[in-house]
Order: sequence, then C-alpha cells, then structure tokens
Amino acid sequence: MSEPYHRPISSTTWWLSKRNYVLFMLRELTSVLIAAFLVVYLIQLAQLAQGAEAYTAFLDRLASPGWIVFHLLVLIAALYHTITFFNLTPKIIVVRRGEESVPPVLIAGSHYAAWLVTSVVIMWIVLRS
Amino acid sequence: MAEPSITLEVFRYRPEIEQEPTFQTYTAPYREDWVVLDALNYIKDEVDGSLSYRWSCHMGVCGSCGMMVNGEPKLSCAAFLRDYYPAPIRVEPLANFPVERDLVINMDDFMAKLKDVQPWIIRDQEKPVSEGEYLQSPAELASYKQFSMCINCMLCYAACPVYGLDSSFVGPAAIALAQRYNLDSRDQGQDARQEVLSKHEGVWECTFVSECSVVCPKHVDPAAAIQQAKVSGAIDWFKSVLLPRGSQ
Repeated sequence: MSEPYHRPISSTTWWLSKRNYVLFMLRELTSVLIAAFLVVYLIQLAQLAQGAEAYTAFLDRLASPGWIVFHLLVLIAALYHTITFFNLTPKIIVVRRGEESVPPVLIAGSHYAAWLVTSVVIMWIVLRS
Repeated sequence: MAEPSITLEVFRYRPEIEQEPTFQTYTAPYREDWVVLDALNYIKDEVDGSLSYRWSCHMGVCGSCGMMVNGEPKLSCAAFLRDYYPAPIRVEPLANFPVERDLVINMDDFMAKLKDVQPWIIRDQEKPVSEGEYLQSPAELASYKQFSMCINCMLCYAACPVYGLDSSFVGPAAIALAQRYNLDSRDQGQDARQEVLSKHEGVWECTFVSECSVVCPKHVDPAAAIQQAKVSGAIDWFKSVLLPRGSQ
C-alpha cells in the first residue's frame, strides 16, 4: 500500500492563517510585554534598596516619553490579556446547581467584580499616604 | 435559461499516479438546498467517478464527511452551497491528518487515542444484573451530557494548531470524551484515564486556542472539557501531595 501524504505545516507562520489564531497569539505575546515590565519593576525595587537618591533619579528617567509609551503598551497588553482571559473563565469554572449551571455571565462577572474590588483597595492604599 | 452552476476546486491525491497533490476544478449545478456533499456526489456520479471521499448519513450525525471547505473544517453535509455562491469553493481533506487519497484522511491516530482514554463506563466491580441498572438523576446526566454529544468527526483536530504541530497531543475530542466519562456518576475510571490525560501530551499540551470549540458541529465545547480536566487534574495532584492519605 502506498504511503499517505503529509501536508507540510509551518511552525513559524501557522498562526497567520486564521483570525482566531492571530488573536490567540496576541494574547500569548502580551506576556512578553508583561515580562519586560516586571524586569523594569525589579530594577526599580533594586534602586529603592540603593536609597532615596538613586530611586528618585530612576523615577526621573522613567518620566521620559519613551518609558511612558512603554508603560502604556504594557497597560494595553495587560488589559487585553485580562479581559480576554476573564471572558474565557466560564469555560473553565462550571458551578452546577442541580440540572442547571450558574450562567456564564455570573462566572465572568464575579472575576470583573473581584478585579474592581482589588483595584479600589490598592487605590485606597496608594492614595491614603 | 441555463441552470446556474458552481465551481469546486477539489484536492486530488492519487498516490499511484502522482507524488504531490493537485487541485482539480469541477462544475456542479447550483441549487439553493444543496450542500457541498451534494455537489461532490453529483461530481462522483456524473463527472468523475474516481473522486474519493467519505460520507454516510447526510444529516450531521455520523461524523464521516468532515472536510476543509474554504480552509474551514466543516461537515460537508452541513456546508450549504448558498453560503459560498457564486464564488468557487475549495474542498480539501481535513487538515492535520495524513491523506490516503483525495479527500480521504488516515484516522488511525485518532482511533488509537480514542481507545487510549477508555471512553466507556469503568467499574471497580460490576454489580450483577439481578441487582438492577445503575440509576442516574437528571442532574447527574446534565453534568456530562454536553460532552457526550461528540460524533467523532475530527473537525476539532483539524482546527487545533497544537495537534497540527505535534500529533502526539491526545487532542480535543478524545479528552472531551474522557471528561464525559469522568463526570458520569456511574463511572469509576477516572484514575485509569488520568494516566493518559495527565502526561505532557495530555491536557497540559493544550494552550487554549479554543478553535476546536468554534468548529464543533455539535457544540460539545472540547476546549472547555480540556480546561476543566486540567482543573480536576491539578486538584487531584494537590490532594495527593497535601493530604495524608492522598486523594483517596
């Protein structure tokens, strides 16, 4: 019997073939920006350990337009990842009540509510001082 | 007035005469109530009897006639010509599978994986028939019913880029069916299936692209089944590590 034919698939460009694949890759790639932000944040903490002078000088450098654009991009990436992932949570968490499941909107909604509460608490801690 | 017609560009692979596949263009009558499978049947009966493809029920139940229709995995019995007309339709065998001939794929890999997850009710000890059937409440049925609707059509494998890049992945339908039996109140086979699901090629290979659920003609939502299997696998692992007597 003859060999079956294996159609080639590109390991680098497969995700360009479909819109949903592109959106998936965008969500994955947001992690790169968030990792970059965390590296900057670690450096910021290291500067804090160096003393007030070093820390203020570092913050001054972060106020340059380039760094502001970087942080804006990180914010957009974090929001995109969070929102797309929260919207997927009803697929992961299924709460059954007898024959019915808790509606997906409540599962996703509880994540958004927890996000809001956490943000308000953090804002309160930051603005308090 | 001449009958309207539609063009189909069909993937051909005849291993005895060609090394590489080609596309052959056919013309079939266009009718509003025809699906791609009707056009293929017309071609096979009236134009070119050598064209090979699988089909059986023509009503979205048997799961045999899955094909790529304009690059999308579809049951060809559910892909209406009117959704593509008057543009030509490109018909290819299901992606990510080896092609035996024309639109016929080799499904050995899927069949082996299906068997690996043991998609049947496993009991530690079967009770004798005289003790009656295993009863189940409507709520217990509802917990797995969605995952039991799978017709093994393999569209989800054709949509899954993870499977396309690494065919060792157990894949959407097989995991959804494993989860279907794990959630069944009559079943006691979760540990037996866990061996297949918890290895790297099992649930953890899935990156949650979710395209399997988009193309599923039966709304099984295999992506959800896989993520839920990840959660229960992780909980079992924590229990086995943290609890003195493991997850038993």
